[in-house]
Amino acid sequence: MTYTDNGNHGSYRVKGDTGDWEIVVGLEVHAQVTAQSKLFSGAATTFGAEPNSQVSLVDAAMPGMLPVLNGECVRQAVRTGLALGAEIHRWSRFDRKNYFYADLPQGYQISQLYHPIVGEGTLDVETDDGTRTTVGIERIHLEQDAGKSVHDLHPTMSYVDLNRSGCALMEIVSKPDIRSPAEAGAYVAALRQLLRYVGSCDGNMDEGSMRADVNVSVRRPGEGFGTRTETKNVNSVRFIMQAVEVEARRQVELIEGGGTVVQETRLFDPNSGTTRSMRSKEDAHDYRYFPDPDLLPVEFDEAFVADCLASLPELPVAKRARYVEALDISAYNAAVLTADVETARYFEAVLDGTGAPLATAAANWVTSELFGALKKAGVGIEASPVKPGQAADLLKLVGDGSISNSIAKQVLEVMVETGEDPAAIVEARGLQQVSDTGAIDAAIAAIIAANADKVDQYKAGKEALFGFFVGQTMKAMAGKANPGVVNERLKAALAG
Amino acid sequence: MTALTDLTIAGMKAGLAKRDFSAAELTAAHLTAMAGARGLNAFIVETPEIATAQAAAADAALARGEAKPLAGIPIGIKDLFCTEGVQTTAGSKILEGFIPQYESTVSGKLLGDGAVMLGKLNMDEFAMGSSNETSAYGKVISPWKAQNSNRELVPGGSSGGSAAAVAARIAAGATGTDTGGSIRQPAAFVGISGIKPTYGRCSRWGVVAFASSLDQAGPMARTVEDCALLLTSMCGYDAKDSTSLNVPVPDFAAGLTGDLRGKRVGVPKEYRLDGMDATIAKLWDQGLEWLKAAGATIVDVSLPHTKYALPAYYIIAPAEASSNLARYDGVRYGLRVTPPGGNLADMYSATRAAGFGAEVKRRIMIGTYVLSAGYYDAYYTQAQRVRALIARDFEQAWAHCDLLLTPTAPSAAFAFGDKADPLAMYLNDVFTVPSSLAGLPAMSVPAGLSADGLPLGLQIIGKPLDEAGVLDAGLAIERAAAFTARP
Repeated sequence: MTYTDNGNHGSYRVKGDTGDWEIVVGLEVHAQVTAQSKLFSGAATTFGAEPNSQVSLVDAAMPGMLPVLNGECVRQAVRTGLALGAEIHRWSRFDRKNYFYADLPQGYQISQLYHPIVGEGTLDVETDDGTRTTVGIERIHLEQDAGKSVHDLHPTMSYVDLNRSGCALMEIVSKPDIRSPAEAGAYVAALRQLLRYVGSCDGNMDEGSMRADVNVSVRRPGEGFGTRTETKNVNSVRFIMQAVEVEARRQVELIEGGGTVVQETRLFDPNSGTTRSMRSKEDAHDYRYFPDPDLLPVEFDEAFVADCLASLPELPVAKRARYVEALDISAYNAAVLTADVETARYFEAVLDGTGAPLATAAANWVTSELFGALKKAGVGIEASPVKPGQAADLLKLVGDGSISNSIAKQVLEVMVETGEDPAAIVEARGLQQVSDTGAIDAAIAAIIAANADKVDQYKAGKEALFGFFVGQTMKAMAGKANPGVVNERLKAALAG
Repeated sequence: MTALTDLTIAGMKAGLAKRDFSAAELTAAHLTAMAGARGLNAFIVETPEIATAQAAAADAALARGEAKPLAGIPIGIKDLFCTEGVQTTAGSKILEGFIPQYESTVSGKLLGDGAVMLGKLNMDEFAMGSSNETSAYGKVISPWKAQNSNRELVPGGSSGGSAAAVAARIAAGATGTDTGGSIRQPAAFVGISGIKPTYGRCSRWGVVAFASSLDQAGPMARTVEDCALLLTSMCGYDAKDSTSLNVPVPDFAAGLTGDLRGKRVGVPKEYRLDGMDATIAKLWDQGLEWLKAAGATIVDVSLPHTKYALPAYYIIAPAEASSNLARYDGVRYGLRVTPPGGNLADMYSATRAAGFGAEVKRRIMIGTYVLSAGYYDAYYTQAQRVRALIARDFEQAWAHCDLLLTPTAPSAAFAFGDKADPLAMYLNDVFTVPSSLAGLPAMSVPAGLSADGLPLGLQIIGKPLDEAGVLDAGLAIERAAAFTARP
C-alpha cells in the first residue's frame, strides 16, 4: 500500500499517561449504488419494501441460477472513480468470497478482490476548523450486499429478509491517511457529498445506504504504524467520529496498561459509545477468494469512460470556487450552497430565473430566508413549498424595487403557506412598494408636524433619531414605501 | 414391423409426419418400456402424465400441420436440469423433494420444440462420478452384460441414467451434461452417441451447477443424426447466462454429410498411453482408417501438456464445486437437519453431513483445501496455468489438423465396485478431460466391441464452435462401424 499522507493535519493527539499518541485511521465505506435493480439480478432495490418482496431466484440462490452483471452499476462505479480522480481499470473481474451465513444465500459474496474496477484516487477534505488535507483512495470495488438476519422477532428462531441480498455496493477504501476523529467525519461527509453529486449513491446513512468499517491504530508521533482494529458497519458520521475516538482511547489505555492491541474485528455500540470485540484474527474466516466462473471479466473501451466522464455534473469543489469567483458569492455562502447537491440544484434553478446579477442577493436569500422558512416548516429543500421559479420571481420583485425586503419576508410566509406565486400575492394584498414622492412627502410632513420636539433634537445633533423618523414614515406607509425614497425625502425635509 | 422404441428420432419424425403412428402411441410404447425396465433404475422420477399430455399436444400440432421439430419425440431429462413443477435433485439427498418453479433454458427449449418428457434421469450425485454409484437414489445399472458374465455393469457417469435409458430403448434420446466426460464416457459404455458442444453453446441457466467453467449440456442418442437433431434445439444464446455464446446455431442435422474430404484428422500421440488396452488401440487405428476412407487425411499431432490435464481438472472442478454447493445449507430449500439445541453452524454441519454423499464431500473438501489461504497459488493458480497451456496445445494442434480422433475411455464398462479407489475412478476421464478444460466440442460414437462383447467408443474433438465438423466425423465412423450390437 502506498502511503500518500501529505502531512497536513491538525495536531490531534490522544493524551495518554505516558505522553501523546497519534491516531491513524483508514475507512472502508460501503455505498449502495443507485440503480433500479440489483448488481446481478433484475429484482428491485426500493428501500423499506415488505420483507422478501424484492427477491429474484438469483438473489435466493436457487439451484442453477446465474448472475448477470447490471451495466448501470458498472457505469456508476466508473463515474464515482472519475469524480475521485481515480485510475479506471479497463479490465476488472469478480471474485467469490466464500463464507456461510443465513442471510448469504449463495454461500459466497460476489466481490472484486484481485482486480477492482477503480484504483487509486484522492479526496480533498476540510474539517470544521478549516484544516485541509487530502485523503488517498486505495480502490473502489463492486460487490453484492448480504440480506438481513432478524433475531429479535422470535424466542428461538431467526428471520431472514433477502430484499437487500444482491444489492450493489461500492466499497470505497481509503488509505490510512486520516489522523483525527474530525478528519474521519469530514472525510465521510465529503465522500457522501461527492456521491450525492455524482448520483451514484443517495447517501442515506439512516437507511443503511452508506456504512463504514473503521480501521484504527495508534502510535507515537513519527513512529511506524501500530496494530489496527477494524470496527464494522458504523452508520453515521457522528458514530464514525465516536468510534475513532473511543477505539483510539481504548488502544492507548491498553498499551499504557502494559497490554498489546490485537488485530481483530470489533463492533461499535452507539448506546454505550464503546467498541467490543467481535472476532479475533485467529477466528477470522478464510474466505477462499477465487474468480467467479459464472461471470466474464468486465472490459470497456475509452468511449465508455469518456461517456461516463461527460455525464459527471460540476463537482462540489469546482462549484464552490465558481460561486465565489464568477458569481461574487461570499465564501461562507458558497460553502453552504454547495454542501449538498439538492441545495446547489435549487440555488442554480433560482439563478436560472433571476440571472447572474442577482446571484449575491439570491445566495443571501436562500441561505437565510428560505432556510429559515424550511426549518420552520420542517421540510428539506427538495420538498420546498416554494419552487425555484417562484423564488426567482420574488427576488426579482425585490430587485426591481417592486417590494421591499421586509415585504418580501411577508410574501415568503404566504408563499410557504399557500404555494401561490409572489406577484399574485403582492397584487392581491396591495403590497406593491410605493415610490411616489407625493404620498411619501405627505406622510413625512405629517410626522414632522407631530414630532416638533424630536425634530429640534435631531437638528441639535441627535442624528440617531433619523431611524425613528424612518420607522414612523414606513409605519404610516404600511411598510410599502420605498426605503431609498423615504431616506432621501426625509433627509431633505429634516434639513429644511 | 420395427418396435416403435427401436426407431431413431429421425425415424420417429418421419413416421409421425406420415401418421404411421401417433405421438400418443409412441409415448405409450416408451412408457411401457420404462415400466418394464425399472430394474435399471434409470429414472429418479417418472412423469407419465406429463408425457401423455405432451404427446396429445404433439398430435394436435401434427394434425394442424404446426408440428415443431421434436413434436412427439419421447426423451428423458437428466436430473441436473431444473424442471418446473417436477422434482429436481441432481441425484442428491440434499435436494430431495425440491420442486423448481422454473424450467432450465435447455430443457425448456427441447419441450418448446415439442419433445415429450418421460421423466428425470438418475445420475451421479451433483454429476460427480463416472459410474453412477454416487447417486443418492440408487445406482443405475447398465442394460449390457459382458459375455459369459452375469455381473451388473456400470452405465458410466455422471449421465448414467441418460445412457442406460437411451441404450435400453426406454427413451429416444436424453439430455446429458458433461463437465469432464459425463456425456461421452457413459455414451461409450452403453454403445450410444453423445456430444458435448463448445462451452457456451448451451445455456447453463437452470442447470444445477457442478463446475461452472466446465459444465456443458449436450444430447445423448442412438445415432449421430439424432444427436444433431437434439443439439440444434438445445443450443442458443441465453442472456441469463453470462458465459453463453451469442453465435448463430446452424441446423446441425440438415448440414450432416459424413464427407470428410479436405479434412485433416490429428492423432495426439500423448493419448497413446502405456499399457493401453489392445482392443481399444486397435479400434482407434481402425477409426483412423474409416475416416481416411471418408476422405480425411491423418496427421500426427502433439498435445504436450495432456498428462497434466487430469490433476488440473481435479483441482479446478472441485474448487468451483466447493463454492457452488455452498448454497445447499438447509436455510431456504431442500434438506434441513436441526440438531436439538444446535446453533446455525450445527444446522449447517448436520444438514450437509446428512445431505451429501461421500464423493461429493470428498470433492468439497478437496476444493476447499485448494482454495485455502497458503495453498491457493500452489494448487488453484497453478491448475489455471496448466489449463491455459492445455488450451494452447489444442490451438497449436489446429494449425495442423481440423479434428482429433482418440478413444473415449481407457476401458469398456466395468462392474460395480471394481473401481472403489477414487483415483482409479478419476483415471476413467483421462481422454475426455483435456477437451473439457479447453471448452472444445467433443463427441463419442460407438465403434466396436471389447473382447468380452462390451461397447467401445471413439472420441472426436473439434475446434471451437465446429460441432458440424465433429458430427460429420461421427457420422463417418457410425456408417463405417455399422455398430448394430444392442444390449
